[in-house]
Amino acid sequence: MTDVSDVNVGIIRFPGTNCDRDIEYAVNLVGANANYIYWNETDLSKMDVVIIPGGFSYGDYLRAGSIAGITPIINSIKEFANDNNPVLGICNGAQILGEIDLVPGVFIENENAKFICESKKLKINTTRTPFTKLYKKGEVIDLPIAHKEGRYYTENLEELYDDDQIVLTFEDGNPNGSLDAITGVCNKEGNVVAVMPHPERAVEELLRSKDGLKFFESFLD
Amino acid sequence: MNYNVEVKTSLKKGMLNPEASTIEKALALLNFEVKDTNTINIIQFTLNAENKDDAYAQVDEMCQKLLCNPVIHDYEINISEE
Repeated sequence: MTDVSDVNVGIIRFPGTNCDRDIEYAVNLVGANANYIYWNETDLSKMDVVIIPGGFSYGDYLRAGSIAGITPIINSIKEFANDNNPVLGICNGAQILGEIDLVPGVFIENENAKFICESKKLKINTTRTPFTKLYKKGEVIDLPIAHKEGRYYTENLEELYDDDQIVLTFEDGNPNGSLDAITGVCNKEGNVVAVMPHPERAVEELLRSKDGLKFFESFLD
Repeated sequence: MNYNVEVKTSLKKGMLNPEASTIEKALALLNFEVKDTNTINIIQFTLNAENKDDAYAQVDEMCQKLLCNPVIHDYEINISEE
């Protein structure tokens, strides 16, 4: 593997993205290069990893993630993903990946219609993705969630089990009413991962938990 | 020809609608007992098209590509001449 300082991470910015700098911080912490890429750009040729941050792109109008899903950068992200490169969507980024069908299912309004912002125990269900390979299968980690549209829904639940596409599940209860408490999924190949919890907000002790750090260390491994 | 277009989008039947159930519970607080509460989004615009069929085809494509998510939504298109 090349030196980690040669690894380029593209952090996608839409109008309304607001977790971009937290991700830059986490990427710097593991020693990789953070590069901001805007919604109207199309060149990902120098990137090794793409991360779509959380926030409220386009004001969450129509549906969370829907308008971001038709911007010029999206076609490049689809090509990048189809070439088996690692793509991670966090929170609004996960909603966008659901909208553009890079992962199965969608994240819709929470069962109780409330914005939930708290730390949650989560189970790592698969370690075959580029963002979870340093965890242990079945390991329980502590990450914050912060969303109002995080209820996972799919019409093809069985396929997710058959193809090992469930990445994260809530360990204690099911705060937003997600199907089978699922809060992170990946595509069939495993290179595209969508998670509602925020690993970038749990990367050092000062933040109460550093359980999210391995999401960023994993793609360097 | 200009057409007035109205697109109604709603969650598919049987899908949990938290906004609707919150409204229903709030109405109950005011002593209004209602049931089967639903919420529908309406999007209106004017569209120039060759004819009504062409207008319908364009709006249907808009629904498929952006206005709805076919996993969770049903939609209804109404088109009238301006």
